[in-house]
Amino acid sequence: MRKKKPLRKLPFIVLMFFLILFLAGVISGEPSRVLEQSWQICLSCIGIG
Amino acid sequence: MELARKWVQLVIALLTNGYWGFPVTRTIYQGPLKVVCSPGLNCYSCPAATTYCPLGALQQLMLGIRFNLENAQYYLGWYVLGCIGVVGAFLGRLVCGWACPFGFVQELLHKIPSRKFSVPRPLRFIKYGMLLFFIFLLPLFVVNDFGMGNPWFCKYVCPAGTLEAGLPLLWLQPDLRSTVGLLFYNKVVILVFFVGWSVVASRPFCRVGCPLGAFYALFSRARMVKLSLDPAKCTKCEACHHVCPMGVKFNESPDDAECITCLACMDRACKFDAISLTVGGIPIRSGEVRKPAVNKTL
Repeated sequence: MRKKKPLRKLPFIVLMFFLILFLAGVISGEPSRVLEQSWQICLSCIGIG
Repeated sequence: MELARKWVQLVIALLTNGYWGFPVTRTIYQGPLKVVCSPGLNCYSCPAATTYCPLGALQQLMLGIRFNLENAQYYLGWYVLGCIGVVGAFLGRLVCGWACPFGFVQELLHKIPSRKFSVPRPLRFIKYGMLLFFIFLLPLFVVNDFGMGNPWFCKYVCPAGTLEAGLPLLWLQPDLRSTVGLLFYNKVVILVFFVGWSVVASRPFCRVGCPLGAFYALFSRARMVKLSLDPAKCTKCEACHHVCPMGVKFNESPDDAECITCLACMDRACKFDAISLTVGGIPIRSGEVRKPAVNKTL
């Protein structure tokens, strides 16, 4: 009979950790800051200017 | 499966670069989708980019931490780290193999007929240094009088930014051409170097210089979706060594940080069903074709 593979727990723990980090970022209002940055062309960032 | 992967790469490249109004507007997309994280390396100053680049956003947050804290704004990069962390914990470097536009470009370049060379394995450690210094430490600690740092990786290295943003913006906005200097030429040289290297070697930037690949590589043991080896079925024939575009010897190191889960070893090499794709440890798919192993120099 084929042995049933156990479910790995580590990926779920790591996933939960980063999900909490993501939510903490959302609560602190980072998405609006990211949006603000990504709407601008940062010329020095791409080596121009 | 290889054809399916190419289609996925193309579709994702088009989705993350889906703003085709730029030849008319002559500027970048400024809509609400820019709050969505691009899973792969995709410059958000690219005129067609619809999403933000995690490395660019992370550096912008790192370089402004002091300034923001002084103004009681607690932007510590958690949102961006959380986004790529969730992607990394679920897919790891599968993103490099299936969803990175710059990885896709390198694969296409590698199809140009030429003599092929391998990439020396020790060079892979460079990308971890890039991640630590160019993404975190230098933007955080090398600051001006106002407490602001620089996006070191974007400014001095990123070949994807030069290809997707620098060159197209110079084409779209002729006024910018007068501002081009040494900094830009340095980046063009880096781009040309990696373009040339991609023709003769498989995915050199992913293997040597990509900080995003280095970040995802940290999840090689902890990611949800990964390839697994059944040691009882493996005959150590080493067929998997010859098809891997990242130079991984899969039967010797199944958790190798370089594995991009392109499935080449599972589908094109292993004749003994020893390699399977697993989600959380549960096998969901094993090799589909039973044909002789391919001998190819990488």
